[in-house]
Amino acid sequence: MAQKYDAIIIGGGHNGLTCAAYLAKAGRRVLVLEQRHILGGAAVTEEVYPGFKFTVFSYVVSLLRPEVIRELNLAKHGLHLMPLETAFVPMENGNHLALYPDPASNREAIRRHSARDADVYPEFSQMMYDMAFAVKPILGMVPPDPTAPGLDGLRTLLDMVKHAGSLDSKRFYYLTKLMTMSASDFLDEWFETDVLKAVTAINGIIGTYLGPRSPGTAYVLLHHYMGELDGAFTAWGFQKGGTGAVSQAIASAARSFGAEIRCNARVAQVMVKNGQAVGVALESGEEIYSPVVVSGCDPNVTFLKLLGEEYLPDDLAQAMRNFKFRGSSGKVNLALDGLPTFTAMPDPSLLQGMMEICPSMDFVERAYDDAKYGCFSRRPYLDVTIPTAVDPTMAPPGKHVMSIFVQYAPYQLAEGTWEEKREAFGDAVVNTLAEFAPNIKDLILHRQVLSPWDMEQMIGLTEGNIFHGELTLDQLFFLRPAPGWANYRTPVKGYWQCGSGTHPGGGITAGPGRLAALEILKDGKR
Amino acid sequence: MPRQTPFYSRTSALCESQSWQEWAGFLSANTYELEHNHEYYAIRTAAALLDISPLYKYHIYGRDAFKLVNRVVTRDVGKCAVGQVIYTPWCDDAGKIIDDGTLSRLEENFFRLTAADPTYHWLRDNAVGLDVQIEDVTEGLGALALQGPTSRDILAQLADVELSQLKFFRLTRANLGGIPVTISRTGYTGDLGYEIWVEPPHAEALWDRLMEVGQAYRLRAVGNIALDMARIEAGLLLINVDFISAKHTMFEIQKSTPYELGLGWTVHLDKPYFVGQAALRAEKAAGPVWATVGLEVNLESLEAVYREFGMPLTLPGHSWNEAVPIYAAGRQIGKATSGTWSSVLKKYVALARLKPQYAKPGTRVQMEVTVEAHRRVAEATVVGLPFFEPERKKA
Repeated sequence: MAQKYDAIIIGGGHNGLTCAAYLAKAGRRVLVLEQRHILGGAAVTEEVYPGFKFTVFSYVVSLLRPEVIRELNLAKHGLHLMPLETAFVPMENGNHLALYPDPASNREAIRRHSARDADVYPEFSQMMYDMAFAVKPILGMVPPDPTAPGLDGLRTLLDMVKHAGSLDSKRFYYLTKLMTMSASDFLDEWFETDVLKAVTAINGIIGTYLGPRSPGTAYVLLHHYMGELDGAFTAWGFQKGGTGAVSQAIASAARSFGAEIRCNARVAQVMVKNGQAVGVALESGEEIYSPVVVSGCDPNVTFLKLLGEEYLPDDLAQAMRNFKFRGSSGKVNLALDGLPTFTAMPDPSLLQGMMEICPSMDFVERAYDDAKYGCFSRRPYLDVTIPTAVDPTMAPPGKHVMSIFVQYAPYQLAEGTWEEKREAFGDAVVNTLAEFAPNIKDLILHRQVLSPWDMEQMIGLTEGNIFHGELTLDQLFFLRPAPGWANYRTPVKGYWQCGSGTHPGGGITAGPGRLAALEILKDGKR
Repeated sequence: MPRQTPFYSRTSALCESQSWQEWAGFLSANTYELEHNHEYYAIRTAAALLDISPLYKYHIYGRDAFKLVNRVVTRDVGKCAVGQVIYTPWCDDAGKIIDDGTLSRLEENFFRLTAADPTYHWLRDNAVGLDVQIEDVTEGLGALALQGPTSRDILAQLADVELSQLKFFRLTRANLGGIPVTISRTGYTGDLGYEIWVEPPHAEALWDRLMEVGQAYRLRAVGNIALDMARIEAGLLLINVDFISAKHTMFEIQKSTPYELGLGWTVHLDKPYFVGQAALRAEKAAGPVWATVGLEVNLESLEAVYREFGMPLTLPGHSWNEAVPIYAAGRQIGKATSGTWSSVLKKYVALARLKPQYAKPGTRVQMEVTVEAHRRVAEATVVGLPFFEPERKKA
């Protein structure tokens, strides 16, 4: 049978598109199939309310791999990242903490709370930076299976040892602490200012069903510093036109290399013949053949929905049953008539950065307490950004869009359904925000509330997990998505994984898409 | 103590960084915030307001005004219509560049020339026997550059003229919210943008009106550091950095000609006599000895240099303006005169002057880099200029 494609990618999310771009760049005939009318998966920009463009789901670019920006020439295709550098944390007593990109401003801002913390902050940053430097190369490695590394795996392991070796003993011990402690305990060793610890700890809990006092949350603090290492690339920032424009840039690169992309094409099943993937069957009944099929979907969809348990060996079937999705976050997007006023904000330029509603460690842990027993947080942690404060093209002149990432919103509610609770959840978010920005309610022209259940319905994220599975140490690197299956392969020959459920995980990194493509190409050469 | 521009009360109130430099005898802000990052991005994503009043400005008028300017500059002013602006260099008799600027034709025999250096004497010397008035209006005219994607939307809120009719390098008289100004569609950023010329008594009111209306379009005051990054992306040369005025040096190695600077397109040899014509004609026939090109530094190669020292790839946080050697096959073939990490392009770019045989786009060369004062080279590729040219610039 004449085959039109060398590879089919299921899912036009940013990783699927990245994988397609690399395969097409290598000369493969590639087809991308996206179920929705719009490309991008969780990285989409949509005009939900006339004239207002929302970054509906993911809202900032984090750790986008510089090698992908370079190798796909994404700037030429429309990548335009803008810095997101300050953090503003209003406190319940009317005070505030602000964090700045330049050390001098930062020091003074912290000194308002504690001279000791201001003095030690640079040392803390240096320590984190050093550890991030040692660990960061892992982001660009195909995870080896330590029990059966093979030749490539041994090389990778040696490389890791070499990099870890660049740390002195003190830093190495800190790294082990970081891997095992809670964010809260780890930060207690450094700082006395509660609000400083609260806002720093937040990095460790985003997208997980854990609180800042849960062990294992310290490690993810490093991600922030890994982003700083790629500072010149603005690895952490806003994309002009929203995160959807990142997807569009990658899609444009893929097309420039000859990839074909189809929207409104929902795949029902991967077709397998004699243990080898032979193509996909669409829900429309259409069948498309190709010797390579790559799934950019999460592991649950990749293995259980598109394939089926009958193709999984016991270890993988068991790992999939145990893989933790349990989405814990929601999203509220607002169209605003003007800029909000935060009572405690000393300088309106802070509106261009992140506004963090996490006034104390107890506040965040209490928000988690609600979630532990199946309720959304009555006073949730909010990560607030106003993209229009730097990119006026996303709303009519003088109007604004606000993106609010909300935690916690557990997928499994103890009582009722998300359809019943959605607006009450939205009210809790707006009420919490209004405690610190009282005029917010008067400014709202439109409100979009998304629970984890909505995310599952709309873009297929299992249990609404934004990272395709929790980013906790037990689900990272050679354990992602399952031990023995972290090298982008599956039990079915020719069927591959390239989504955020694989290493290096979630967020707009494009890392999984790139590494999967390189593995596929390497296999093709053998 | 340098002088204050007509906008100083406004710029100084915003200048949190207290970082100023002297520009043509005036105080000029380097950055307003401590970091230049937001200012750089304002130029490329929203709008930037820059106080460019320190530019030297001359009004040239009278019966022979056309004759004078056409004699001084290298471009054919006969092709410059009333209401048009041209960018042009001017040279000495040896064809060596003295300065460059914009020439606006306000009326048939009324021109405005901008310059980086004092130019009154040069104009006067060339006006011998001509019926022409030369007036130094440097202090009599404030100027603002309003640059960036939303600059037109901001001006449209205030202007009594249809801005969509104002084409690239054209000018118009206008009334901006009650203030009489001249608006030219010009700038030094390579982006959509305008320059607004205003009499000092109206300066502060103009700044306030623009800032007020501009807020909805994320307008911000921008200083020289961000501007320098933008002008390198736009492939625009800077005097005393990318070239030196022939008036400031007697040494041939420091002088350059328009052809050597990639400005051959501004030399109209076929027009009537102009200063430097014969020398430039001869140079063109013989072929210039230098060519000005863009360089893209290969990041993998630069990363390898840093790796040798156990360090991560380190890119310049802002533009640099000290020349570094460029090599090919182990021999020096020229120099890079300024460079910057371009966050918009995600490329490390530099402006360079090379021997012409290496000027073809795609040519591989090496640029000297130093890591902790250890000299190494990074691979670089010759590319055409400008590095950055969005459609909106001329649209």
